[in-house]
Amino acid sequence: MTATAEVSTGSRGAQPPVPDGAITLTLKVRRFNPEVDDEPRWDSFEIPALPTDRVLNLLHYVKWYLDGTLTFRRSCAHGICGSDAMRINGVNRLACKVLVKDLLAGGGKQTTITIEPIKGLPVHKDLLVDMEPFFEAFRAVKPYLITYGNEPTRERVQSVADRERFDDTTKCILCACCTTSCPVYWTEGSYFGPAAIVNAHRFIFDSRDEGAEERLDILNDIDGVWRCRTTFNCTDACPRGIQVTKAIQEVKRALLFKRV
Amino acid sequence: MSELTLDKPRSPRRPAARRSNGELYSWLFMRISGVALLVLVLGHLFIMNILDGGVHRINFGFVAGRWASPFWQFWDLAMLWLAQIHGGNGLRTVINDYARKDATRFWLKVLLYVSMVLIIALGTYVIFTFDPNITD
Ligand code: SF4
Ligand code: SF4
Ligand code: FES
Repeated sequence: MTATAEVSTGSRGAQPPVPDGAITLTLKVRRFNPEVDDEPRWDSFEIPALPTDRVLNLLHYVKWYLDGTLTFRRSCAHGICGSDAMRINGVNRLACKVLVKDLLAGGGKQTTITIEPIKGLPVHKDLLVDMEPFFEAFRAVKPYLITYGNEPTRERVQSVADRERFDDTTKCILCACCTTSCPVYWTEGSYFGPAAIVNAHRFIFDSRDEGAEERLDILNDIDGVWRCRTTFNCTDACPRGIQVTKAIQEVKRALLFKRV
Repeated sequence: MSELTLDKPRSPRRPAARRSNGELYSWLFMRISGVALLVLVLGHLFIMNILDGGVHRINFGFVAGRWASPFWQFWDLAMLWLAQIHGGNGLRTVINDYARKDATRFWLKVLLYVSMVLIIALGTYVIFTFDPNITD
């Protein structure tokens, strides 16, 4: 089913001239409009693209010149804000970090790129999902500095080695690529999910923080770290290259040996 | 099937942490019993299928002879209990992960627990009350 005649036109009017070296590829987008559709459907668009384009550019092209009703999130377009996580050719990626040249079909065949919303969260419209369940799990692990007693008069000092322990998990941008790639999360929405555990890890192993025990208690529960099956989907999905499964294992170890 | 109709409402109201180590112990048990079963089962398979004559020498007398020794009684008992509980716990997590409705989950677990108890009870009973002098 190709969307051609009947679709509304894009928000920026006429299509721009096709640049030199552009190839035409097919963008297959999983769409859902709650006001019209009962079920999600596939829409296809033919798009001229440069190998150096990002997948986000393709979505812009659709929205600006072909169908202005296409709905998705994006903000920074540079892999920092974490708002454009989606399933690209079946794997969770940020649309602004995937280049067209890495998705081209070999042997002069026509390239088709499929785009779906991330899985396991309720879809509002097209690629837009309800992120609230994801953030609820994030909030539940108390992702902020917890201290007791008197505040020091000066800064809270931390050695380089102490900082190193949680350096990896400070990089999280809360894009939800990991949590929505987790098979446990797909079927059991009450599982905290890797992103929440990553952000708990960031504080549990921070020498300045004193709330490790509370957070470990939370993650020791039925929906906590013990649900993880170490399938590494999350590590593979993380656009920040965080060793997510390793962080989860470190939390398990802290629980097992009662030592942070 | 669409991802739009999620049976489990996401964003559940999270109950407060229960401060129980149940999940930890169950996870730990799986690791330890897994290693133990590796030895027990591989040893069992080796003795039964490979060692002198293999499977062809197994008959009533062979079993009776083995179970005359408390060591083999204990070996088989440990294998039975560990395999049942290890496998049962594994199935429990699978049911937790994949059963969509609470009723399905409940009945699958009832089935699982009943079968576990039955097999453990029956197996234990046989190991301890086996009578080598049985006559028909
Ligand atoms: S490693 Fe654990 S958290 Fe990550 S995807 Fe697998 S089960 Fe989910
Ligand atoms: S851990 Fe990685 S994939 Fe998960 S939310 Fe953070 S940045 Fe995204
Ligand atoms: S748009 Fe900000 S991360 Fe992709």
